[in-house]
Amino acid sequence: MITQTLSIGRRLTLLLGAIAALLAFLSWGMVSSFSGQAAARTQDNVLAASVATIAETLRSEQGTVRLELPYSAFAMLGAISEDRVFYRVSVAGETLTGYDDLRGGRIPEAPGEVLFDTLEYRGETVRMASISRVVLAGREGASVTVSVAQTRNGIAAVTAGLSRTAAVLSVAFFVLAAALSAIAARASLRPLNEIAQSVSRRGPSDLRPIRRPAPSELAPLMTALNRLMDRLGQSIRRSEDFITEAAHRVRTPLATVRAQAEIALHTVTGEEEKRSLRRVIRAVDESSRSAGQLLDHATVAFRAEDLDRSPLDLSDLTRAVVESLSPTAEMKDISFAVTTAPAAIRGDAILLQTALRNILDNAIKYSPPETTVSIQVTRAKAEVQVEICDQGTGLGAGPVAHLTERFKRGDNVEGVVGSGLGLTIAEEVMRAHNGSLTLRNMTKGGTGTCVLLVLPSA
Amino acid sequence: MRLACLAFGLGLLAQIGLAQEIEVEAHRFYEGTSDSVVRVISTADLDVFEPFLLEFQRTRPAIGIDYTVTSSTELHRAMTQDHTFDLAISSAMDLQFKLANDGFAQSYRSSATDSLPAWASWRNLIFAFTSEPAVVVISRDDFVRQPKPVTRQDLIALLRENPARFQGRVGTYDVRVSGLGYLFATQEARASDAYWRLTEVMGRLDPQLYCCSAQMIDDVASGKLALAYNVLGSYAAQRIAEDDRLEILVLEDFSNVMLRTAIIPQSAQNVEYAGALLDDLLRAGMRDTPSAWVLPPLSDRRDPLPAAFGPIRLGPGLMVNLDQLNRRAFLDAWESGMEQR
Repeated sequence: MITQTLSIGRRLTLLLGAIAALLAFLSWGMVSSFSGQAAARTQDNVLAASVATIAETLRSEQGTVRLELPYSAFAMLGAISEDRVFYRVSVAGETLTGYDDLRGGRIPEAPGEVLFDTLEYRGETVRMASISRVVLAGREGASVTVSVAQTRNGIAAVTAGLSRTAAVLSVAFFVLAAALSAIAARASLRPLNEIAQSVSRRGPSDLRPIRRPAPSELAPLMTALNRLMDRLGQSIRRSEDFITEAAHRVRTPLATVRAQAEIALHTVTGEEEKRSLRRVIRAVDESSRSAGQLLDHATVAFRAEDLDRSPLDLSDLTRAVVESLSPTAEMKDISFAVTTAPAAIRGDAILLQTALRNILDNAIKYSPPETTVSIQVTRAKAEVQVEICDQGTGLGAGPVAHLTERFKRGDNVEGVVGSGLGLTIAEEVMRAHNGSLTLRNMTKGGTGTCVLLVLPSA
Repeated sequence: MRLACLAFGLGLLAQIGLAQEIEVEAHRFYEGTSDSVVRVISTADLDVFEPFLLEFQRTRPAIGIDYTVTSSTELHRAMTQDHTFDLAISSAMDLQFKLANDGFAQSYRSSATDSLPAWASWRNLIFAFTSEPAVVVISRDDFVRQPKPVTRQDLIALLRENPARFQGRVGTYDVRVSGLGYLFATQEARASDAYWRLTEVMGRLDPQLYCCSAQMIDDVASGKLALAYNVLGSYAAQRIAEDDRLEILVLEDFSNVMLRTAIIPQSAQNVEYAGALLDDLLRAGMRDTPSAWVLPPLSDRRDPLPAAFGPIRLGPGLMVNLDQLNRRAFLDAWESGMEQR
């Protein structure tokens, strides 16, 4: 079992979401700060205009500085916000008019220069603009400083409002970005999921290389996977080859042993010796049968990989197999009852013959002498069925599904030699042809086993 | 009851007179059923304001009202010199605004203040509840065979051409003592150059100068004056309703509209009741239906007077005319126009 870590999709979504949150927060901060600065600059500009307007009306009359505050100088301050306004006009440090205690700002040196200060006045923070001008009073020029201060509630309200709007927009941006991240993560993972699905959809023995377009990031994985499957396939083929080779090598000397034993059987006269020789012959027969099955199994594995799908008639095929097994059956006085119908399919004749031979071989082997094995080929809709029933002892009481597994044999086979490969071979052939093999106990008319083969018709 | 009331009032009057030296024009105490008292200082005459106060007491009988009438300048002085009042009502917008700007008013917020139009309040410190135009009041007898002036130009021409008839019979505010008169005069001087020419023409006619609208209207009614310039329209309307010797003249070029405003002073002790009184005032100011109260609402659609400029704006611009240099310069110009003998 693979330990599952956080999924790539979720990881991507979280990462992108975190980035979006960070960007949203940054943009909110920037918009807030910019809007604050803009509002502050607006107030500064109006304050500067106000002090400049006042300074322009300064004049000298009969040696004293005179001033008539223009209405607009204060009206313009009232136009942008409801902020409190304070002012002071001083000549050489002496208050000429306004709020005498409005002090503390810097005094501009250069004429016409406007200086801004932020200070506390009457319990509130005020922004103050100051401008200086020299007015000729008498013979000497007097330096007149005009200061106008305004509280900052207006810009605070503007800034707070803009900041709120920016916050709402940032949250909306974040939500949108998070949703898009989730979609993007899913979209970029789609090729991976598709490949995973196509791999998991494959049959258990399908070791063909995966041939489908893949994003460049996945290409190394695909190549590695294909190489692994290739190596696996080679290793399987090597072991099949080995088995084939081994079976061949065993069969030839076995045939020799059997021939020699037959000759010896005819030459010896003692009953005891004849019995032992017959046992030798039977053991050799079983061994050679098992070797044959191993060979069959290897053939099936090899041929199923690249299946030949030629049109053929299953009835002909069945009859041919029955024909070839008749001598063996006759030795046990077993007769075949064959019913056929035209059954056109597409498939590998050699494999299908191997499958039928193994099943019939089993039927003969487990049938008592002087019984009948019935073989019925029928056709229904898109299927072709072959049912082979014997009159043996049946499959016993145990579960039947695992009997097609390799080297598995039934519970009631004492006294009968067998390898347990026959049904496995038959089932592998069926599977290669997209067909199926079902085992069941005969239910009516005595004991016996039925094997049902189902294949798609051509 | 009345006597007790009066005695209490006189006692209070004496107290105020001794301790705080405000010139009080009138004073009345409306006793409530409990000990709570809301102290109101106002420039509005008692007979104008009484209906409102009685209505307020009808809904809140527990609250006693101590009502002091004074001039707008005295009111401003009282506010800046540690006198304790819970609500200050004045027609001098500029002085009221300066009180709010300089921190003598406290912030108040209620559903009534929130429903005020934006131009009728400032920073939740100062609230307007009436809009009252400045008008010309004439004596009908003097204009029987005379076309009535329609603009200031007409008025100037009329006064200039008939000096004998108007000699000593033209009245207006003494802007040196009346805060409202000063407000009307400065706003008018800003709006039209006709003001200064009118001042000069009136100055040649030995004008009578008054502190208050009521006296001017009295003198027009009695025939002492033929014409009173810049009279508070609301007072005039109230008098005309019962006196057919008077007539309001609508000058069509423009008219100044003043907002009567209220503040809750920083020194207020009974803020809760002051707020309740203020809310009632504002609701009265926002009424849609005609009422018996003479003080007009903030926006009177039946008002025939042209107010092209709208009401005088509540804003720092009002402080310009209160600047000592500006005031001195304005009064100098006014005096040289008004007192040329």
